Amino acid sequence: MISLKNVNKNYGAFHALKDVSLDIAQGEKVVICGPSGSGKSTLIRCVNHLEPHDSGEIRLDGLEVGAAKDVLKVRRTAGMVFQNFNLFPHLTVLENCILAPKLASGVSDREARKMAEEYLARVHILDQAWKFPIQLSGGQQQRVAIARALCMKPKVMLFDEPTSALDPEMVGEVLDVMGELAAEGMTMICVTHEMAFARKVADRVVFMDAGRIIEVAPPEEFFAAPKSDRARAFLSQISH
Amino acid sequence: MNFDPSTYWEALFSWPFLRGALLTLGLTVAAHMTAILIALPLAVVLNGPPSALRKLITAYVGFFRAVPTLLQLLFVWNALPQIFPIFREEWFTPFLAAWIALSLNESAYQVEINRSALSAVDGGQMAAGQAIGLKRSHIYRYIMLPQALRVALPPTMNEFITLLKLTSLASIISLQELMTVTQINVARTFQFSEYYAVALTWYLVMVYSLMGLQKLVERRFRWSSRTEAAVLAEARRSRGW
Ligand SMILES: Nc1ncnc2c1ncn2[C@@H]1O[C@H](COP(=O)(O)OP(=O)(O)O)[C@@H](O)[C@H]1O
Ligand SMILES: [Mg+2]
Repeated sequence: MISLKNVNKNYGAFHALKDVSLDIAQGEKVVICGPSGSGKSTLIRCVNHLEPHDSGEIRLDGLEVGAAKDVLKVRRTAGMVFQNFNLFPHLTVLENCILAPKLASGVSDREARKMAEEYLARVHILDQAWKFPIQLSGGQQQRVAIARALCMKPKVMLFDEPTSALDPEMVGEVLDVMGELAAEGMTMICVTHEMAFARKVADRVVFMDAGRIIEVAPPEEFFAAPKSDRARAFLSQISH
Repeated sequence: MNFDPSTYWEALFSWPFLRGALLTLGLTVAAHMTAILIALPLAVVLNGPPSALRKLITAYVGFFRAVPTLLQLLFVWNALPQIFPIFREEWFTPFLAAWIALSLNESAYQVEINRSALSAVDGGQMAAGQAIGLKRSHIYRYIMLPQALRVALPPTMNEFITLLKLTSLASIISLQELMTVTQINVARTFQFSEYYAVALTWYLVMVYSLMGLQKLVERRFRWSSRTEAAVLAEARRSRGW
């Protein structure tokens, strides 16, 4: 479903991704972790071409990521959820969800609303559909952001630290929604340091450091016996 | 005191003054609209990645800010017809000349307002628009501009008021706007205070109406405050959105 082959990415003189290769099958759930600045965000932003990569090959559901003619197709194939939610503040929750289906997929207003209501119900927030983002808590906003992404019927979901900006008591409600999505068979890449979530949901954990993938292992293995020193050091830090 | 109210009232609603005030307002609206239309795409380019086009736009802005408005007016009205014969025709009126000169002049200022308003929109908004698969024009139309407008509105209104007053410069190319009409009447009668008061009244009416309009437009930005957003959302829900 997703494959990266020897992907490199530079920000000016800074080498942010170094020869990254990774294959993810349909329905697979992959958690990416690693120290801050290790290139986790850069990696998943390359998958939907928010950041263009400099060399190597990325393929998503048969599409070549980076080919100019397929940029919009690639982005509609992958839904993305950001650390800071990035809801459109001038639109209501429902309008946030129907904007892209109406503009990009040419769905009628009625159909778009119906679909949006369905997804808002799935993230348990249909009762707030008429509100503006500023009226919602962080956890609620992030659930709306998930619904907004799902409204484009993506085949893959990319999460970039979806719970890092949340107060602790709201982390659970967002992880629950993500767990439900995983159980329905969605292919997911999730950058997160929520280790309990990784244990429960992930098929594989990818550990990154300094722009490289250092280690890929099933969560039981990775948490019980990390192979690299750097992963061990990292795990001991975040478990404090 | 030497103020004749009947002269004031008569002049206030007389056709020459009404026409002058309308010309002033019309010229300002036309020039400002044109300036905004010119400035918007330029601001979008300036807000994007570095390019040769960006340097060109920066030069354009610098040029029109540096040249005095009066000189631009005189140039368009007097020099342009000398250079291009097409401007010697009947259709090239003082209004048209003032419109062209003031639009170009104002666009230079409006570019900067629009650019900074666009860059004030959170960077995550562009990324979110891209991530849901919208094309660039849709991202600007439905996400960036509505939010940038909130930031741009107050300085844009300031520009409009400045421009409204700048139109009086067009009296030098014999456009019959409000100040020209006033000067003509003063020169004829030497009743300074009456006719100046008429001009003052019309300028105040125009500026205050505009500020009222601004308040109305600002109601569209109630989503940015939690309490007002709640009121707006509730009102829309009760209407059945
Ligand atoms: N737009 C950018 N321009 C320059 N450097 C960047 C940019 N985005 C990220 N970086 C740098 O690239 C490195 C990796 O960033 P990122 O992928 O965000 O790391 P992570 O998500 O793992 O914390 C960091 O050192 C960061 O400073
Ligand atoms: Mg990051």
